[in-house]
Amino acid sequence: MAEYQNLFTQVQVEGPTYMGVELENPHDNGERIVPPFHLHLAGRLGNAQIGPIYLGFFGVAACVFFLIGFTSIGWNYLVQVNYSPIQFVRQLFWLSVDPPAPSWGLHLPPMNEGGWWLFAGFFITLSILLWWVRTYRRARALGMGTHVSWAFAGAIWLYLVLGLIRPVLLGRWSEAVPFGIFSHLDWTTAFSLRYGNLFYNPFHMLSIAFLYGSVLLFAMHAATILAVSRFGGEREIEQIVDRGTASERAALFWRWTMGFNATMESIHRWAWWFAVLTCVTGGIGILLTGTVVDNWYLWSVKHGVAPSYPELWGHVVDPAAGQSAPAVVPAAQ
Amino acid sequence: MNPTRTLLAAVLVGTALLLTGCEHPPMKHEQIGYRGTGMERIVNPRTVAENAPLHAAPEAAPAAPADGPKATLLYKNLQVLGDLNVAEFNRTMAAFTQWVAPNEGCTHCHNPANFADDSKYTKVVARRMIQMTREINGNWHDHVADTGVTCYTCHRGHNIPEKSWVAERETVTEGRMLGNNFGQNRAGMASVGNSSLPYDPYTPFLLKAHEIRVAGSTALPTGNKSSIKNAEATHGLMIHMSEALGVGCTWCHNTRAMAEWSQSTPQRVQAWHGIRMVRAINNDFIVPLTPITPPERLGAMGDIPKANCATCHQGANKPLMGAAMAKDYPALAGTARAPAPVAVARAGKN
Repeated sequence: MAEYQNLFTQVQVEGPTYMGVELENPHDNGERIVPPFHLHLAGRLGNAQIGPIYLGFFGVAACVFFLIGFTSIGWNYLVQVNYSPIQFVRQLFWLSVDPPAPSWGLHLPPMNEGGWWLFAGFFITLSILLWWVRTYRRARALGMGTHVSWAFAGAIWLYLVLGLIRPVLLGRWSEAVPFGIFSHLDWTTAFSLRYGNLFYNPFHMLSIAFLYGSVLLFAMHAATILAVSRFGGEREIEQIVDRGTASERAALFWRWTMGFNATMESIHRWAWWFAVLTCVTGGIGILLTGTVVDNWYLWSVKHGVAPSYPELWGHVVDPAAGQSAPAVVPAAQ
Repeated sequence: MNPTRTLLAAVLVGTALLLTGCEHPPMKHEQIGYRGTGMERIVNPRTVAENAPLHAAPEAAPAAPADGPKATLLYKNLQVLGDLNVAEFNRTMAAFTQWVAPNEGCTHCHNPANFADDSKYTKVVARRMIQMTREINGNWHDHVADTGVTCYTCHRGHNIPEKSWVAERETVTEGRMLGNNFGQNRAGMASVGNSSLPYDPYTPFLLKAHEIRVAGSTALPTGNKSSIKNAEATHGLMIHMSEALGVGCTWCHNTRAMAEWSQSTPQRVQAWHGIRMVRAINNDFIVPLTPITPPERLGAMGDIPKANCATCHQGANKPLMGAAMAKDYPALAGTARAPAPVAVARAGKN
């Protein structure tokens, strides 16, 4: 017989189909399309009920614009492999739509000289912004807070810094991230090489601290709630205002083990701020790179952040030192 | 079968399959920099053992007597080897044959009817390559040190060194609306270690003299206009060097500050000279031979196979594990500065 387990469970709770709460504005009640149905597989991960869905103007527009951008990237990939489906699959992680060469600055290049990057980027950005509007409006319609939208905005901030704000400040699209799996990873390495090691960027440090902190908080919170679910601990929202034995036990557990505990409500503030600040500080770090700081390692030496190590092989000297060539000449593109 | 068990079995088999792509441990670790900097050399001792024959230098031929008549007395048309005596000349010729054309023998370069005849292009090339070897041994001490190079350093018994490069066939973008890959983002490109980096790291740096340095030399912006795309190209060259020498980044760099010379190892200085050496021999010795090279020896873009770091190194940080072969062959001893190029006449086609 199946029994409920709180780490991996085979029990699936399935209620009657429910169209959702009644809202004051009759318009919001009418926007629930697609009759709900139940999907067992979905129930293994979350709620078995799929739908009702609401797209509306902003949702439809976001989907259309996303598809335009997505298709233009995919079509470029296809041409790069001469329409070979086998090569498309084999090379998928390598294929990329790259921004224009530095010489184009912020001008509009021909489509095949980086124009497609601008085209795809424009429509995908538009789609993301419209999707944001949709999260905001749906939250409002339900009478919810807009926390989800603002968390999403944190990620959008980082995205816009990488692909729009920083390239515009530096005056060339070529600084932006390409649309490709490996190519965007190589971009990251090249970015760090060009700007003297991103690990010395204090905002990158903060972003990593918040990222790892998010992971830690996620694990602590999820473990705590699962651990007290036998006492009804998963009813977190109720226990914010009406602490039950699950909440008391969880709180005492953490006071026992580390002397301090978050509350049923504050743990969610912690998690929200850590997640949001990961993107916000990361975006600041990227924004400062190249615009305000050119070499983060040297910046760190200047400010006493980077330690110095003994020279193990005597003083290694730049063989080009003393030559008349200027230190850095950008290569022709 | 219980579905949970099926799932578990699938996960285990999948993990095992994924691991088949890895080299099996143990690896050999060696600290090569200051503690805490992560400067380590990691080698797979089994791969090293497997490749040992490739990096073994052949025994030097028994030394020839130092006296005796000059080779010019016996042979005609000796433009570069005329100073040798007959015994040393023949010893050297035999060594060249073993190094470069062990299966074809003398006639790979020589017209059997008249050995002095320059009608085979291979003979003209060989003469120029002797001059190149002397140029390297004489003027690139900063890179080859006292070890020097011989024909065998690159050829290893092959007519054309196995590790050479020709220009990649360009992706056709002219007249196309889309699909430009900007010379990068292609799977399986060994030149850049199968990364998505620009897959011709040679033309800009080992033929042309594009700037390799991309990082700024000041903390705040003071006019360094290097782009991320420049950095990607440089990264591609570094991947090539790393693969060619069988070393990681930390062989030369302290990776916390890639650009800083004072934190780099002396090998980085040697590599710096190596880049200039390869660039010089490609431009001064190899590329000028293009007109006399038959089309079947040229690459898809019509260019001659050229040298890169792997041509000599072939996966070892010191070619032939540092065996000093050149000292046994006076014909290859360095000259102070190469003479003006011997006229590379179009060799007569037989």
